[in-house]
Amino acid sequence: MQIFHRATNTIAKATIFGSIFLLAFILWACIQFQRSPYVTYAHVARPQPVPFSHEHHVGAIGLDCRYCHTSVEKSSFAGIPPTQTCMNCHSQIWLGAPMLEPVRASYRSGKSLVWNRVNDLPDFVYFNHSIHINKGIGCNTCHGPVDRMPLMYNEASLQMEWCLDCHRDPAKYIRPRSQVFNMRYEPPSGSKPMELDGKLYTDQLVLGKDLVKQYNLRTVADITSCSTCHR
Amino acid sequence: MVQAIEVEPGENKAPVMASGHTFGSITDKVSAMVLTRPLTKGWIFGFAICFLILQWMLYAMCWLFFKGVGVWGVNIPIGWGFAIVNFVWWIGIGHAGTLISAILLLLRQSWRNSINRFAEAMTLFAVACAGMFPIFHLGRPWVFYWLFPYPNTMNYWPNFRSPLVWDVFAVSTYGTISLVFWFVGLIPDLATMRDHAEKKWIKTVYGMLALGWRNSTRHWSRYETAYLLLGGLATPLVLSVHTVVSFDFAIGIVPGWHTTIFPPYFVAGAIYSGFAMVLVLAIPIRKFYHLEDFITPRHLENSAMVMLATGWIVAYGYAFEAFMNWFGGDQYESYVRWNRIHGPYAPWYIALLMCNILIPQILWWRKVRLSNFWLFMISMDILIGMWLERFVIVVVSLHRDFLTSSFGMYYPTQFDWAIFIGTLGFFTACMFLFLRLLPAVPIFELRSLLPEAKAVEHE
Repeated sequence: MQIFHRATNTIAKATIFGSIFLLAFILWACIQFQRSPYVTYAHVARPQPVPFSHEHHVGAIGLDCRYCHTSVEKSSFAGIPPTQTCMNCHSQIWLGAPMLEPVRASYRSGKSLVWNRVNDLPDFVYFNHSIHINKGIGCNTCHGPVDRMPLMYNEASLQMEWCLDCHRDPAKYIRPRSQVFNMRYEPPSGSKPMELDGKLYTDQLVLGKDLVKQYNLRTVADITSCSTCHR
Repeated sequence: MVQAIEVEPGENKAPVMASGHTFGSITDKVSAMVLTRPLTKGWIFGFAICFLILQWMLYAMCWLFFKGVGVWGVNIPIGWGFAIVNFVWWIGIGHAGTLISAILLLLRQSWRNSINRFAEAMTLFAVACAGMFPIFHLGRPWVFYWLFPYPNTMNYWPNFRSPLVWDVFAVSTYGTISLVFWFVGLIPDLATMRDHAEKKWIKTVYGMLALGWRNSTRHWSRYETAYLLLGGLATPLVLSVHTVVSFDFAIGIVPGWHTTIFPPYFVAGAIYSGFAMVLVLAIPIRKFYHLEDFITPRHLENSAMVMLATGWIVAYGYAFEAFMNWFGGDQYESYVRWNRIHGPYAPWYIALLMCNILIPQILWWRKVRLSNFWLFMISMDILIGMWLERFVIVVVSLHRDFLTSSFGMYYPTQFDWAIFIGTLGFFTACMFLFLRLLPAVPIFELRSLLPEAKAVEHE
């Protein structure tokens, strides 16, 4: 008695062959999913109590990052400005704008605005802004083109592979200290060479190597050690 | 390929199979165990008890997931506790199955033919029990896959210099090869089951598992090549897996762990406990399923002799460990030796020496080797002894460190016991299901032992 149809042989072979591809696809899909904005929130603008536009304040008006984020050069935390900082200008301009009512309310009551954190690292990671700023890592290296963000979003995935990309070779990203807050900084290239301390650079890696030495960066072994970030 | 090695002249050994069987009678007898034998009260009762114990384990594991490893008695300095004791114990038990099925296959020992199937099943279930422990011992078991090297978002490999990572590879390779080897060995018998089944759906299930086996000469020729190749692949695993497990300890600098004799004596200990488990299973199975014709006193006696031999290798290991402790002159190593005999865990160490070395010596008497009752008791004794051995290695070594400030004691909690005893329930429940659903002794390999099989071969 035949239990199975003749076609079963073909189906069986196709299944065994196909399962290899299916498993490979599932693995690939999981890996892609874990890096997708659905998980990392990269490039996803977060709602805020006031739709504050970095594009307008930084890009159009030209405020320096440190005008609001005052502690970025000397503290681990860059600092969120108090309402008073907003009121420096907004006690003079846009006095009646309904969009700014929460700011005025906060000023009147003395209760801080509650912003939604955008660049949020896990609690098991130690991160210090000042060391990065003082060793020549530009704001937009990590935060992206903030001067073109109508609403704030995180540029990077903030996953460990992203951190290690720089920590394993900081020469790829390091820039002169004078350029750290320059939102439109361009690394040196053949068409746009850069002069620094009387030396002409046409390659980021050459510049980076010199800066790593000049700024006394710790060795790669040091800055990729587990306890550097997981303290 | 398979040659029955008959009893050498002048020797007084039982045959590997009782006389009077034919091709048909073997098939009928074994397939009836699954197909026509009704669900007996004994089976239901036994399975129900094991299943209850399994539920107890699941309860303990849920609590462990919820609360974390703090529900166990582990703490610094004894961070490993029961989880690693049980892991090493179970993985060791699995080794006998692979030894029987792979090494004895390559050595053409015909007496392997009736016990290899359930010994391999035992290996699989033991590896499953063993694999649970290191995973649940992780603080966050749900990310166990971090142990494998895969393109993760941390851009990090596991630490390849750590023996714990070697363990992952050794055990997962072992589990995979054991499963494939067991399944390939089942294929011809699954086809036999398919052809003997009455109901359509049973035919369909066995038919799917039999992968279209038609018993043609071409099938057999390829099958035997594949089986031999798998046997060759599995053979080094018998030695390598427990060697790697022993590295978990030997690579560490803890006194009592840091010794080069660990790999050989772990492997011997694994086979020692594995054969004990084979006997603990074989003796009731042959009695309750009336398989005395196929699992003869020859099998029991041979297994007992393997235990006697490996037991002496283990004894040699203990002796040389103690000797090197003394010979090395290191004060911490000497303290280990003193502490085992005089420390707070001294009763456990003395019990270990009794169970593993002293009591099994009665196996020198042939009467004992042929007595089902005594063999069963000694096998149980060896299983306990080998568990104690791992307890002594893990706990007694850890509880007295280099510094008095890191001295401590280990007290297992109810969750330690629940998960340990629970795996025994899991293991036995799996064996019950296996006996119910699959041919527990290989039909086709038994048939090849018949004189008729050899006559055909010679033509």
